[in-house]
Amino acid sequence: MAKELLEGNLAIAEAAIRAGVEAYFGYPITPQTEVLEHLSKRLPEEGRVFLQAESELASINMVYGAACTGARAMTSSSSPGISLMQEGLSYIACSEVPAVIVNVMRGGPGLGNVQPAQGDYFQAVKMAGHGDFHPIVFAPATIQEAIDFVVLAFDLAEKYRTIGMVVIDGAIGQMMEPANLPPMRPVRSPEDRPAWALTGAKGRAPQTITSLYLGGENLERVNLRLQAKLQEIAASEVRWKEYDAKDSDFLLVAFGSVGRICQTVVQQARAEGMKAGLLRPTTLWPFPSARLAELAGQARGILVVEMNAGQMVEDVRLAVGDRCPVRFHGRMGGVVPLPDEIMNVLKNAYADITGGEVA
Amino acid sequence: MEIIEIPADMELVYRRPESLTEAHTHYCPGCSHGIIHRIVAEVLDELGVRERTVGIAPVGCAVLAYDYLNVDMAEAAHGRAPAMATGVKRTNPDKVVFTYQGDGDLAAIGTAEIVHAANRGEFFTTIFVNNAVYGMTGGQMAPTTLPGQVTTSSPTGRDVETAGFPIRMAELIGILPGAAYVTRQAVYDVAGIRNTKKAIKLAFQVQLEGIGFSMVEVLSTCNVNWHMAPDEAMEWAKEHMIAYYPPGDTKVSDAVRALRERK
Repeated sequence: MAKELLEGNLAIAEAAIRAGVEAYFGYPITPQTEVLEHLSKRLPEEGRVFLQAESELASINMVYGAACTGARAMTSSSSPGISLMQEGLSYIACSEVPAVIVNVMRGGPGLGNVQPAQGDYFQAVKMAGHGDFHPIVFAPATIQEAIDFVVLAFDLAEKYRTIGMVVIDGAIGQMMEPANLPPMRPVRSPEDRPAWALTGAKGRAPQTITSLYLGGENLERVNLRLQAKLQEIAASEVRWKEYDAKDSDFLLVAFGSVGRICQTVVQQARAEGMKAGLLRPTTLWPFPSARLAELAGQARGILVVEMNAGQMVEDVRLAVGDRCPVRFHGRMGGVVPLPDEIMNVLKNAYADITGGEVA
Repeated sequence: MEIIEIPADMELVYRRPESLTEAHTHYCPGCSHGIIHRIVAEVLDELGVRERTVGIAPVGCAVLAYDYLNVDMAEAAHGRAPAMATGVKRTNPDKVVFTYQGDGDLAAIGTAEIVHAANRGEFFTTIFVNNAVYGMTGGQMAPTTLPGQVTTSSPTGRDVETAGFPIRMAELIGILPGAAYVTRQAVYDVAGIRNTKKAIKLAFQVQLEGIGFSMVEVLSTCNVNWHMAPDEAMEWAKEHMIAYYPPGDTKVSDAVRALRERK
């Protein structure tokens, strides 16, 4: 199939349609509004549900309601809107209904700005809401990956009855590049809803979907079940990409659009004789800790680059331990680090750690 | 439950509706929730919709409503039941969908959700139980607590100068163009209970006929947090609740009027 020139947000919206999304509930916020706009046109064309909600709080709870009936449902937003959705995310996680959330991250904290940023790593990975849970967090760096991960997010959300969250920054949401959209999947018929879904107690006992478990041991049992599921996900669903990493002795670690910028840095560094490599996590939870630890064993140092004050670097340090030194370079407020800037930081870190010698 | 054959010279006059489970409720003795649950269950039975109903339970005293109503139910976050019901109904237009919410849930934390669901004319039914107090958390001031009413968080009585005024939700929702049928009823005596049942039945019929959003505000009691005996609470409510919250319809659309006349 010929590639089409697609804008990131539009590609995400269209990928959701191709993946068989039955309902979208959302609220306008820059820089993700094009997702909502595209779906407001396309979903009614396809005879599916589009609704612009009164808030992100309402959006996520509409998704929760639809998901309780086994309907494929999603929402999208940007950082401040995701903060409002955290209540619903926690309920959805405990209730074990599948849902897909897209966060086109912008600069924060607070209202911040509408520039690209990665300040929501902690929120997505560590604390998407109160209580113990993690969404499966996908971090695409290209529009093709964004498309593929939206489809995968639906599949894995349903497989594990959990939240699939796709986080990109505003740069990927707003830019255009050629990509392939997947073929249109048929929408699941209402008769094929999963057995756990609320479809009316016809010929069976009534079912309840709740996140309320009174009594300590009751709720602990639920948590143990959720944790067992998360362990299964951690064992099976960790994903990443490597560039010149195998024989590298100095590793860059970056995700999303910064990961893409770091590909250029690795090329430059290699041209200058440094054996640099890149590990780009494409799932942020689960995190590719085991592979990172392996590569750290052969590396003289690691440089983590993020568009935040240092969030993923904590997970890198946990994975690496004392295998090699870990340095961090971050830009905030929507400032995108450029290849030359990262190259300078890399050279300085390299010289500092290795005493200046190129291996 | 053991089924006993009815002797030929006797008539069955009272039975548990199929839409009620056999569970003992956690409600305090004297609480009105039991009456209102039973009315909802009787109506679902009479309309023959139990097997295609999805209910949304609130946060508050009725948080465990799903243990008592014999239908598929989901438990919402505090105030979000109308958003969840929207998600359910939009993706399942053939289902009968209702929310069951208290005054803190619907008239404070969930004000945005109920106003916008009603204004969009969502095709579901809301049962709004107003007992003028946060029951589950032990009797704090609610958005519907009466002026001067003593609660654990208004120990000298609700001062409208600082705490604002109690909200008349049936009136507020009634003015929205999307709302088809909005009414306020009270379960303080037999006549009131009968009227409440009529209203709840009509509210579900409005949904079944695809007319629009319907809400029944039910004035109830919370004798425990009002620090009264159950009968005293009923008498107090008849005097004070009804004075501030007059029972009656606040919205009857033309389609609802036609439906009511047809019945």
